[in-house]
Amino acid sequence: MKAFVAIVSLIVLVGCKKHTDTTFNIVEEVAPLRIETFSNTEVPVYNFDGFEKLLSVSDDKTYIINFWATWCKPCVEELPHFETIAKQYKSKDVEVILVSLDFPNKVESALIPFIEKHNLESTVVLLDDPKQNTWIPKVDESWSGAIPATVIISKNKRSFYEKSFTFIELEKELKAFITN
Amino acid sequence: MKPLKLLVLVAVVVLSSAFTIPSLFSEGYKIGDKASDFKLKNIDGKSVSLADYSDAKGFLIVFTCNDCPYAKAYEDRLIQLDKKYKSQGVPVIAINPNNPINQKGETFEKMQERAKEKGFTFPYLVDEGQAISPVFGAQRTPHCYLLEKTSEGNIVKYIGAIDDNYQDENAVETTYVEDAIDAMLAGEEIAIQNTKAIGCSIKL
Repeated sequence: MKAFVAIVSLIVLVGCKKHTDTTFNIVEEVAPLRIETFSNTEVPVYNFDGFEKLLSVSDDKTYIINFWATWCKPCVEELPHFETIAKQYKSKDVEVILVSLDFPNKVESALIPFIEKHNLESTVVLLDDPKQNTWIPKVDESWSGAIPATVIISKNKRSFYEKSFTFIELEKELKAFITN
Repeated sequence: MKPLKLLVLVAVVVLSSAFTIPSLFSEGYKIGDKASDFKLKNIDGKSVSLADYSDAKGFLIVFTCNDCPYAKAYEDRLIQLDKKYKSQGVPVIAINPNNPINQKGETFEKMQERAKEKGFTFPYLVDEGQAISPVFGAQRTPHCYLLEKTSEGNIVKYIGAIDDNYQDENAVETTYVEDAIDAMLAGEEIAIQNTKAIGCSIKL
């Protein structure tokens, strides 16, 4: 009996281990410029050259990439919808990446305290690339540069939104991707 | 029942599209368009129109605001631009496009405070009723429109960012607005006429 319990526990443990291994780790996907660490939180920092690799999806996942900043009120208001979507659709291979456009010198004083205060579970990265006129059109030709803005992208489909989302709107847009 | 449902659906679609009126203006001005004049209240209480500037050769219209970090990052550079180009006939005219009703930081009083604090050398106008920024098609703060005064009216010559580095003034490689004004004043073609930058969405 003891042996049986041990085997079952082992299977469960191995199962859990395997699960954490498959958890999305952006730093393993694309090497960042640097990682900002403060308190208990790490934020990988990318320039657009690095970040752009995340916009060319080769796996079977659907990525929701949201451009935001802690100082952007409509961005902060819609963040809970992205967090909820990430949890609800995790089993459908949906990953949410929150791309902060906070000023790099505000990571310690604003971004990381915000992530910790709101217990953000989605991956947060900082995009630190002042050459905005070069990279904004590469995200989408139609983007004026105002935030919030969101890209939903999978291997075969890509949509761009320069708008704020309600949960219902976001879920509706996402469903068009995962039924494909 | 089904045709009725369809009818309701059609009605909803038609109605909802009818209510997205601002989209009529979402295109805004393009390069070469003639900009209409406006009459907006300045922080000193007096109203300002482009027509007031009889000697101007053009205008740098900048949609900006009190609270946006990107707008703040450019305030000193706006003052420098005004100092440099006002004497050459191209003054800066700043307009706050945000609706102060839901944003306590964007009220008339806060505009007065901010202008005094920074020592704005240019008018800082209130877009009362949020009527002017949609006509221009301004989408974020800061968002610049360079106008050239001609016999045909005020023609849009450049739309976009002030320069290519919001973070560090000393790391700027291309001074979009300065280059555009210099070319305009020299009667030359402006090399870069449209640029994009991250900014705070305008809250109408």
